[in-house]
Amino acid sequence: MIAMSEGLRVTLRQATPIPLAAAFRCAPGELLALVGPSGSGKTTILRTIAGLVGSQEGAISLDGTVWFDAATGVNTSVQDRRCGFVFQDYALFPHMTACENVAVALSHVSITHRRQQAEAQLARVNLEGLEDRLPHALSGGQRQRVAVARALARDPSVLLLDEPFAAVDQVTRRRLQEELVRLRRTLDIPTILVTHDLAEARMLADKLCVIHEGKTLQSGPPEDVLHRPTSSAVARLVDISNVFYAAVHHHDEAKSATFLDWKGVSIEGPYRPDLKVGSAVEWVVPSAFVVLHRRDRPSRGEHENPVDGTVHDLTALGDTVRVSIRPANEPKYTVVFSVPTHVARRNGLEVGVSATLSLLAEGVHVMAEAD
Amino acid sequence: MEWPTFALSLQLAVTTCAVLIVLAIPLGRWLAWNAGPWKGWIEALVALPLVLPPTVLGYYLLVTFGQGTALGQFFSDVLGMPLVFTFEGLLLASVLVNIPFAVQPIQRAFEAIPREVREAGWCSGLSMMRTFRVIELPLAKPGIITALALTFAHTLGEFGVVLMVGGNIPGETRTLSIAIYDRVQSFETGAAGTMALILLVVSFAAIAIVYRQNKSHNDRYV
Repeated sequence: MIAMSEGLRVTLRQATPIPLAAAFRCAPGELLALVGPSGSGKTTILRTIAGLVGSQEGAISLDGTVWFDAATGVNTSVQDRRCGFVFQDYALFPHMTACENVAVALSHVSITHRRQQAEAQLARVNLEGLEDRLPHALSGGQRQRVAVARALARDPSVLLLDEPFAAVDQVTRRRLQEELVRLRRTLDIPTILVTHDLAEARMLADKLCVIHEGKTLQSGPPEDVLHRPTSSAVARLVDISNVFYAAVHHHDEAKSATFLDWKGVSIEGPYRPDLKVGSAVEWVVPSAFVVLHRRDRPSRGEHENPVDGTVHDLTALGDTVRVSIRPANEPKYTVVFSVPTHVARRNGLEVGVSATLSLLAEGVHVMAEAD
Repeated sequence: MEWPTFALSLQLAVTTCAVLIVLAIPLGRWLAWNAGPWKGWIEALVALPLVLPPTVLGYYLLVTFGQGTALGQFFSDVLGMPLVFTFEGLLLASVLVNIPFAVQPIQRAFEAIPREVREAGWCSGLSMMRTFRVIELPLAKPGIITALALTFAHTLGEFGVVLMVGGNIPGETRTLSIAIYDRVQSFETGAAGTMALILLVVSFAAIAIVYRQNKSHNDRYV
């Protein structure tokens, strides 16, 4: 017997027209973000869940009810799946007012109560007073809210959001994101958000699922995926630049640490007895775990993986500076991290000067044995 | 002024519009949203009357449906009368000549509806048929009105194919444009002028309706 609260289960596989090899789950009340570059198949996955397109192989079920199963030919209609779908450009009905747009999705409510219910849904997304406006007379943010109200009006079983913040300016985006955070606390259905914005996914999602060329590469809590990618492909997709090769040197059970030999520099990382001593491995250190030593008073701490190098590049990004350092032991590679602008200035960072870094042991993550 | 001729022209234009609208909405919608291997061929066939001289079309209709042909005999048996030189024959010719004027504006109107808008209808719980009625048809309305106005005006003014297939039988197949030609030939320019003015006014009104409709649609929704 399958538990009723198992949420949405998706397994899709096809070769054409868009290759897919995706598998993930989303529990009731959970927000799962599908992240990946443009054209990676995220929207296709969302459309398949809604039943707008099919898949050659795979299955989709909600709380044990099968919506789609390529093997048995089960394919529940779009209407019967009851997915609330917020399209990227909102897809409002241009000839209907905000209220009518929402009322269309209220066919389960008696005609006499529809207007009242539609107004209540619009009030839920802070659109009181704009009920009788046509979409073209609303701002981008207001249109997005109408689309959200329409998606929620049907009392949906799943909420699907396709890049819902892509078509609005940055200030509006932040406000709408905050509204979504508040709104989703009131929802006890699985919510899937498609986005290519990692910061957005990190802020909104309980779980990230990294998609590349239609394939799910890794899924898990945002901190896990963003700090402990399972492969260099995921590391690249979640924008971790610091991917290096090393050999496993030894394990220290007492210290609960595994030591790597990174071209002559000893790197301490979390204990990983599963790795064979002597084997070649790929490892990462997210930039949040890279610390710049004060250049006028270098620290000689032994437990923070000190690395010497020279500044290769500096990019000013407003309040912060993105620093790239060539390590002395591995000058082919760079360690990239950000520091506040005043820190860069106080330390006299310039291209060509020497600098010492610490790669914090807790941030060192060994991905897999290299080929 | 030949009122029976005017009435016949109006009857032909209205009937042609009625027949074509039933054909053009499903065909235009299908062409807008399907990209099968046949689409290009069907679009070419739909557009063919635009470039084909009306006399050529009239000629093929005559040789296909003339009384000496198998098809002509078949229709004669079924309808109890021949197709050529009758109002029904004229209607068939008029429908064929006007296919591009009816189908193309409707196809463009459906093409202009974003796919996601239809899908949003389905996701909101509307059936395919209800989505068509509540979402697609109102959005395609300017294209449908354009199709009707163009077909109506074009049918009133059609000459070549009408003469070929219908002949010039008063009360049966004699239309305004043929009557104008006839009157000019017999130097009755006054009568020809009145009828020409009527055609001018009706055609202008049809085109004005199209432009007004499109403007009010754009003002309201865009």
